[in-house]
Amino acid sequence: MTAVARVVPYLRRHAAFITFAVVVMALPFFIHSTYYLSILAFTATRLMVVLGLNLLLGQAGQISLGHAAFVAIGAYGSAILTTRWSLDPWLAMGISALLAGAIAGVLGIPTLKLKGHYLAMATLGFGEIVLILLIQFKWLTSGSDGIVGIPSLSFAGLDLGRPMAYHWIAWGVALVMLRMALNLVDSRVGRSLRALHRAEIAAASLGVNTSFRKVQIFVVSAVFASVAGSFYVHYIHFISPDSFAITFSVILLTTVVIGGVGNVWGAVWGTLLMMFLPEYLKRFNQDYTNLTFGILMIVIMIFLPGGLVSLGGVFSRARNRSRGPDRARLEEG
Amino acid sequence: MSLDQFLQYVFSGITNGSIYALTALGFTLIYNATDIINFAQGEFVMLGGLTAISLYKWGVPLPVACLGAVVVVALIGVIFELAAIRPLLSAGIMTQIIVTVGASLALRTAAMLIWGREALPLPPLTGDTPIDVLGATILPQTLWVLGATLAIVVALQLFYKRTLTGKAVRACSVNPTAARLMGVSYSRVVLLSFGLSAAIAATGGVLIAPVSFMGYSSGALIGLKGFAACILGGLGNPAGAVAGGLILGILESLTVGFLPIQGSSGYKDAVAFLILLLVLFVKPQGLFGQRTMEKV
Repeated sequence: MTAVARVVPYLRRHAAFITFAVVVMALPFFIHSTYYLSILAFTATRLMVVLGLNLLLGQAGQISLGHAAFVAIGAYGSAILTTRWSLDPWLAMGISALLAGAIAGVLGIPTLKLKGHYLAMATLGFGEIVLILLIQFKWLTSGSDGIVGIPSLSFAGLDLGRPMAYHWIAWGVALVMLRMALNLVDSRVGRSLRALHRAEIAAASLGVNTSFRKVQIFVVSAVFASVAGSFYVHYIHFISPDSFAITFSVILLTTVVIGGVGNVWGAVWGTLLMMFLPEYLKRFNQDYTNLTFGILMIVIMIFLPGGLVSLGGVFSRARNRSRGPDRARLEEG
Repeated sequence: MSLDQFLQYVFSGITNGSIYALTALGFTLIYNATDIINFAQGEFVMLGGLTAISLYKWGVPLPVACLGAVVVVALIGVIFELAAIRPLLSAGIMTQIIVTVGASLALRTAAMLIWGREALPLPPLTGDTPIDVLGATILPQTLWVLGATLAIVVALQLFYKRTLTGKAVRACSVNPTAARLMGVSYSRVVLLSFGLSAAIAATGGVLIAPVSFMGYSSGALIGLKGFAACILGGLGNPAGAVAGGLILGILESLTVGFLPIQGSSGYKDAVAFLILLLVLFVKPQGLFGQRTMEKV
């Protein structure tokens, strides 16, 4: 077999991903406004969180209403370790991600054995506790004032704080996560997750370690969220507790739902819509944004349970490969 | 800590605890009828308080304003059920959680647009001359809160045990299919549960508004604590919900009193969630719940 014959099927199979990656990485050549580049960069960090949540909700059928807390752990971990102990930003990012993953494990092991709404409430409570601690532990977090002067990321002496460089590194990481999520869905892990999602007891009796799989994906989603938080603070150089209220967790969940549950591409479309829709709505009144989001969640659940991706489009081929009834993907049994 | 201080904390705990108890009752009503956890429950509490505040401001006499607010919020609960829950009654847990979470975000933002960002006051029902009890003081409003909670618990018991409609609701919570075969209208039971649940939550909001101000964002925390109370008392158990709410309120208040930390009141809200997580870890069926087996 020639090299070309081997490459062509590969390209065809991953056409959607490759097209998306090329377009995203080429964007800084066409967009020169720092403002829009920044929004694009935040879109990358948001995508990291939403991807994890999309896997948790779509593949394992578990809901988290406290993901803002994991973003907060990454953001504050990076901020504190770099400003107070002058640690290298990459090392700080790694330590924070480990911490977020460990906490997710401790939180997930008991709650994921219970029914769906228990994890939702446990994570909601956890998110609230983290928020309270961020405000109260003034000696560590500076309370409501927040932490300023967080350094930029750098690599081998290169400053990655400028919009273009940051765009490439943030989207680079987001694309790696997207690829990981796409691979995971098509792997043994993804299949066992979907099996436990549809019929947990049947999956267990066929040898899927259901509790372990659920905790595993919860930990992965927490690590994704933490890394996103770290990237975020190294770009805006400032962090305060205001960013991590319940509303943020709910908006993350909305993003997953609007994009489409049970389809990794849903995370991409949802994130793009949720990052750019407020830019448009801002022209009217920013306060209406959350109202729109709340109503959208209800309307989508009733009329379009498969989310934006189920509307069809460019990536329909990628979608059709593992497609089931839309609402059934969201529910167990 | 002296006895009067201790009592003071207990009284304040009972006041807040009653509101958690009412919110928890609201959760229980809906959960028993539909297996849904209504994440918008706290927003009904907030809407109750704020509606009463507006009615009062427009010159409606205070007691009428309070009753009016309860009716308005019950209607909102009914509309919510018809518009968002009914189409998804058989859709499954995740869909229902997402819909009620969406509703809570929408209601909270709508309240902010209507009433603004500031928390608003409501005058107490019968003055604010404190009553002296063993060196501690009770506000008359506290008695109203307690009395109303007791009255609602008794009325609910009578409704469930003595009336035909109440028996129909109980039948549905045991086995909706069998109840339907016996001629009970399941959809009407669900509608009734949402209306009642919203009314009870609103009562809590109306009663607590004079004690602690009511703002658009007050509902989220109350809702969460109400749910913590449910879990503490055993999800689905009305008596457990009320007991859970009172225990939670008292524990919360005593924590503020006993914790030897400066500004410990900032940690007050964390108590409920620590208890929530602890119960989920150690005894997820709640203090008064029994272990159940799930049939395949």
